[in-house]
Amino acid sequence: MRKRLFGLLLVCCMVVLSLAACKKANDEKFYIGGIGPLTEGAAVYGTHVYWGAQIAVDEINEAGGINGALIEFKFEDDVHDPEKAVNAYNSLKDWGMKILMGTVTTKPCIAVAEETKADNMFQLTPSGSSPDCIKYDNAFQVCFTDPNQGSASAKYIGEKGLASKIAVIYNSSDSYSSGIYETFAKEAENQPFEIVAAEAFTDDNKSDFSVQLQKAKEAGAELVFLPIYAQEASLLLTQAEARDYKPIFFGCDGLDGILTIENFDTSLAEGVMLLTPFAADATDEKTQSFVKKFKDAHGEIPNQFAADAYDAIYIIKAAIEKAGVKPDMSISDMCDKLVKVMTEISVDGLTGAGMTWEATGEVNKAPMAVVIKDGTYVSAE
Amino acid sequence: MTETWRKFSKSTRINTITVGIIILIYVLCQIMISAGMMSYLMKGLLMQFCYYGILAVSLNLTVGILGELSLGHAGFMCIGAFTSAFFSKYMVDIIKNTFLRFSLAIIIGAVSAAVFGVIIGVVVLRVRGDYLAIVTLAFGEIVKNVINALHIGFDSRGFHIALEAGKLELLEGGRMIIDGSQGIIGTPRDSTFTIGVIFLILTYIIIANLINSRSGRAIMAIRDNRIAAESVGIDITKFKILAFTISATLAGVAGVIYSHNITTLESSKFGYNMSIMILVFVVLGGIGNIRGSMIAAVILTLLPEYLRFLKNYRMLIYAVVLIVMMIFNWSPACINWRKEHSIKGAVCRLTKKISKTKKEA
Repeated sequence: MRKRLFGLLLVCCMVVLSLAACKKANDEKFYIGGIGPLTEGAAVYGTHVYWGAQIAVDEINEAGGINGALIEFKFEDDVHDPEKAVNAYNSLKDWGMKILMGTVTTKPCIAVAEETKADNMFQLTPSGSSPDCIKYDNAFQVCFTDPNQGSASAKYIGEKGLASKIAVIYNSSDSYSSGIYETFAKEAENQPFEIVAAEAFTDDNKSDFSVQLQKAKEAGAELVFLPIYAQEASLLLTQAEARDYKPIFFGCDGLDGILTIENFDTSLAEGVMLLTPFAADATDEKTQSFVKKFKDAHGEIPNQFAADAYDAIYIIKAAIEKAGVKPDMSISDMCDKLVKVMTEISVDGLTGAGMTWEATGEVNKAPMAVVIKDGTYVSAE
Repeated sequence: MTETWRKFSKSTRINTITVGIIILIYVLCQIMISAGMMSYLMKGLLMQFCYYGILAVSLNLTVGILGELSLGHAGFMCIGAFTSAFFSKYMVDIIKNTFLRFSLAIIIGAVSAAVFGVIIGVVVLRVRGDYLAIVTLAFGEIVKNVINALHIGFDSRGFHIALEAGKLELLEGGRMIIDGSQGIIGTPRDSTFTIGVIFLILTYIIIANLINSRSGRAIMAIRDNRIAAESVGIDITKFKILAFTISATLAGVAGVIYSHNITTLESSKFGYNMSIMILVFVVLGGIGNIRGSMIAAVILTLLPEYLRFLKNYRMLIYAVVLIVMMIFNWSPACINWRKEHSIKGAVCRLTKKISKTKKEA
């Protein structure tokens, strides 16, 4: 009896708390929410998106806001889990969010897209790369879709003649990784190189890559394509070094962030190439000021995710200005107006000049390869 | 009124109270939702309370009543989730009636989980104790990894199954249903809070009745003393498999509700972390205490969400709270303290005092 009473009491307290948390949104500011993993395995992406977006928000607010209205920005953790992402989305809605900049990772993004569709909320994902993330009209992307990344990588390797024998090591239990591998393999048929080994691993045994590396080495691969995340890649590179196997390693945007992995000897990543639209060493003023601000605030070099998020905030700003949206509009009205102008605007950002959008939500910008040199990302051209 | 109430057996009274509480909370929630008083977060969480509640109650049957440690409960949930989502996704254009489609989905999910429950039960229940825990753990991982590798699609020629995406070779107009690690995307969102609550109550009634039935007593006899149970002629294998299968079936139902509440379904979600989480619900709520596991499921689902303001320290605090709650609930010193300071005890003492003074007067 007592225990039940205690339990009930706790539940009641929490219900009351949840009510107390209900706040009417301020009508004078733009409430923009962000969702991404800030803890556990994929935290490096979420954290950089959070920091990158925060810099953009601070810049805009310092300059007087959008059409005179300031931005209020809040970022919630989703632990890279669809269920938690939807919870985060709901809790942001309680806070008063009217525009969503997120989510960072693909799977949660697909689940949240369903929610934004139901609420007709404008959604711009900085890095959710599956086509399913943007299958509804209200969602747009800043990054490339997975299929594009796979085929763009294959084309890049083919055109530059980087290698003739290629091995692929990918995570078959991860949708991002297997998605890229599939399109890469398809495009490879049209390219002048040959895939000599395609080795898979899963989330459950992603710490030992000796078998995969051995096979790649035996097959004589000159280039190993790694459509995987940085955490695994850091282990893989360490193990490749240990067995004295030194091919070219080529990855996609998931490899971005490898230099900030803890306890990873960054000299091992020397010469690793990755297809990403952002290089922190670019000499243009915009990138340099962004990198400087990021470094001063957090002591790390921003990766592509941070740049995507920074751009995302400016893209939202451009769309709001073009559409003449006011902060006191309803979520749905705001969304309708923003969606309409998304195909009309063109934004010069860190991750590409003159970015434009299709009605499908896909972005048009040129892919670029960077190579890691002396511990930083340098453009490969 | 009190007379008829007293006539019921103690277990009937407890069960009625519990179901009453669930219905009361449900009605309260509905009123709050229609009055627009409920936060979006709570609205989203209500469904999760239901399926985690069902999972906790069903695992309590294996762990608390049957007395066997199972670490593969998420595996059964996974089977229920995937078979039903597969069905719903395939049938979404064929059966337009949501109620009919979802009813069939629940039956399919429950039956397939039950079938696996029997198959696994026959094999697994030959071992006991720690060994059983390890075998169930392995089972959960097998289910997860097999589904992770499955690619199933269909076109005009029928269904195609492959272990590699490229080998499916669907014709023009064909559709992929289970896409390996990407799982099932786009399951229709058929489950609602009402359905969730109905199944939570159903689960409670099924388990509560089982415990108080002849079979339930047999199952508990096996738990308490296997040799004694065997010597009085209880068919141990039969009752073990019975309990195990019911537990698996209900987990399958929870899986169905889960998969129809969120549009993306991936097998990696159902790893041993999930199984352990359900076990934590059961242990915190009290092994063998059905109502307790429901309350624990609700609290432990709420907690991480309400600790969001702590940012990255959230999970750390969550762990600390978990330890504190475990100690508060189960340490003998705390139990004694609670006995001395309980509201019920205070009320009892007060009334006793009053009646005493009355008598003296």
